Amino acid sequence: MDTSKRHYTRPLDVKHGCIDMNHGAGGRLSAQLVEEIFARAFDNEFLNQGNDGALLPVPVGQRLVMATDAHVISPLFFPGGDIGCLSVHGTINDVAMLGATPLYLSASFILEEGLSLADLKRVVTSMARAARDAGVPIVTGDTKVVERGKGDGVFISTTGLGVVPEGRVIGGAGARPGDAVLLSGTIGEHGVAVLSKRASLEFETTIESDTAALHTLVAGMLVAASEGAIHVLRDPTRGGLATTLNEIAGQSGVGMMLRESAIPILPQVDAACELLGLDPLYIANEGKLVAIVAPEAAHAVLAAMHAHPLGRAAACIGYVTDDTNRFVQMDTRVGGRRVVDWLSGEALPRIC
Amino acid sequence: MCLAQPARVIEFQGDDIALVDLGGVRKRISIALVPEVQIGEYVIVHVGYAIGTLDVEEAEATLKLFAELAT
Amino acid sequence: MKYVDEFRDGALARNIAASIASEAEPRRQYRFMEFCGGHTHALARYGVADLLPPNVRMIHGPGCPVCVLPIGRIDMGLRLALDAGAILCTYGDVMRVPASDGLSLMRAKARGADIRIVYSPLDALQLAADHPGREVVFLAIGFETTTPPTALAIQQAAREGLKNFSVLCCHVLTPAAITHVLEAPDASQYGSVEIDGFVGPAHVSIVIGSGPYEGFAEKYRKPVVIAGFEPLDIMQAILMLVRQVNDGRAEVENEFTRAVNREGNLRAQEVTAQVLEMRSTFEWRGLGEVPMSALKIRPEYARFDAERRFDVKYRSVADHKQCECGAILRGVKKPTDCKLFGTVCTPDNPMGSCMVSSEGSCAAHYSYGRFRDIPVVRRDVAAHGVEPL
Repeated sequence: MDTSKRHYTRPLDVKHGCIDMNHGAGGRLSAQLVEEIFARAFDNEFLNQGNDGALLPVPVGQRLVMATDAHVISPLFFPGGDIGCLSVHGTINDVAMLGATPLYLSASFILEEGLSLADLKRVVTSMARAARDAGVPIVTGDTKVVERGKGDGVFISTTGLGVVPEGRVIGGAGARPGDAVLLSGTIGEHGVAVLSKRASLEFETTIESDTAALHTLVAGMLVAASEGAIHVLRDPTRGGLATTLNEIAGQSGVGMMLRESAIPILPQVDAACELLGLDPLYIANEGKLVAIVAPEAAHAVLAAMHAHPLGRAAACIGYVTDDTNRFVQMDTRVGGRRVVDWLSGEALPRIC
Repeated sequence: MCLAQPARVIEFQGDDIALVDLGGVRKRISIALVPEVQIGEYVIVHVGYAIGTLDVEEAEATLKLFAELAT
Repeated sequence: MKYVDEFRDGALARNIAASIASEAEPRRQYRFMEFCGGHTHALARYGVADLLPPNVRMIHGPGCPVCVLPIGRIDMGLRLALDAGAILCTYGDVMRVPASDGLSLMRAKARGADIRIVYSPLDALQLAADHPGREVVFLAIGFETTTPPTALAIQQAAREGLKNFSVLCCHVLTPAAITHVLEAPDASQYGSVEIDGFVGPAHVSIVIGSGPYEGFAEKYRKPVVIAGFEPLDIMQAILMLVRQVNDGRAEVENEFTRAVNREGNLRAQEVTAQVLEMRSTFEWRGLGEVPMSALKIRPEYARFDAERRFDVKYRSVADHKQCECGAILRGVKKPTDCKLFGTVCTPDNPMGSCMVSSEGSCAAHYSYGRFRDIPVVRRDVAAHGVEPL
């Protein structure tokens, strides 16, 4: 925005103001919103080019990875995070799960008429901090406004670009019988933290969302293992650990055998799930990953996970089997066996 | 059939409501069905109501029963 | 969690399993019915069947209040939400139950019905207080465990003078269901199964006590052992049943002594009797009309009775012709005996009561145990010294 005109404009009233349809009209007020709320917070050389798109250098000798995510979470603010940092972490993680180094992010916002500027600023500040801490700038973006009732405060869509070395193939189809199934930490925290804020399900807990960017953890694991030893990386978000493992089993055409007592879970998450009649295996995580690795590399990869702040509670929770039915099975803590099936619809609290 | 958990009574909050603790998670529930319960005792919680109390001596006795060796 | 985790201990489970194996007479078949849906769920979730000798078999009974809720009752709730514009409050379990016209509460919500999941009747009361201009209807399901909370909620509504709160009462009774299973008037249609004993419900018994089961033990000469909710409780109860069968006894025993006594919770029984009374008959999905098996709201509290407050009448709706739920609920057939199981009828698309809730026989078997039906071609490859800890 032309700085010479700045002293003729009145700054946005962040304390008391709200988004209205004018902010989305594309005129001076739209530009002011972008400048004062977004550009100022995200501030980087690419965004500061000031165009509708970002001019980026092309990485030589590597391949490009692109990932995208939409975020519609409600409430916008929850213990341990908010929709802003969640949208940054989520897309960084999607890129990292291909064994790629995330480089740039884009972010588009759909703002609901009536959203307070204070809330918007809080979300954007959180995003900026998350991006800065992760070392991945938000280089381009877009904003639209929809009428009251047609959005849930704010929807955010982020796309991430990253690079991966030639020859590295990490993906859902890579699991092989005998591989070790590693989990980076305790399950169920994000889902429980969000549920604790929903009306009619209120309970007091110190559980916070585990939302985090996992790319440096992944980098450490890749260094510890020989190239090609890590077959699959995936973060168990919606649908939880059980869904992710079923996806991988399906894609790779294998089965899995897990041990229930090896799966790390915080006592409070266990208790909250018990109270609501939910199974922690199906509850969302936003800062955990599953790694399926060649058995001879498992020790080294686990050690690398333990050495990283986000992997202290990492554990080997099972191994991949040769199973044409692609069942994910589990030895239960009581010594019996069960199937860990796909989630059927949404995980709903139960009384029975 | 009915999901219910033993939780420890932490605090009375008036109007037949008590704060209980299950594994570090706290919830406000009704104790209208167990009017004589004391702080520190365990109640069985179902759909936000305590439907009975837990006898901790019997709980310990039952666990001992499980540990009896096979004949 | 105190008094929960200890009852899930693997070493103790192996111990009890060893006792069952050594005490079950090898040439004898033991068939026990666990009546309570929560027990069905626990058995499947922990794979307890793997710990029992092959001649001890569990048969799943009709103790799942969601499964036995007839389509017609859900239709009533749907009409109140869709046509009368009421806020319909429900426990999460009921959301996906298929009703008429391809609808369920979840699908009706997608069409604009104001349906809210609540954890407790207290939440429904709060909604009524928060929205004085809207009618709030609470869909009350469940056996005797869940009934006293509903009764208390109605009394609280009366005390607070709430003008917009009512209850669609679908509470059902345990002893009637057990009797129905044992006496099956149309036994010729379903066949009958020799049940050697019952694992009695855990939390229902906290409320009603162990006394009500003494009639069954005596009349039908079947042992009943009331079991707690955790896998070790159920296994210990099975051991106690094996012993009773071996000894030729038919008594009511209580494994769940830490929470259940003979009289039950008198205060809870009193409150229930103040607000609710017996229906002469009630249709159970899969079982047909069962006399003296359900409750309705007393005339004194008529203004809180959704059936009287609104113009909604119950209309019976039949299940799919090939649905075998009736026989499965009686323990006469297994889920895999039903042609619809796993083909047309799945947890995502349930056709009948046994698939509807996660503790129905078919749902439990599908989600936790169907790997037992399908020959699994597996080569277990030993991990290179990284055994899961």
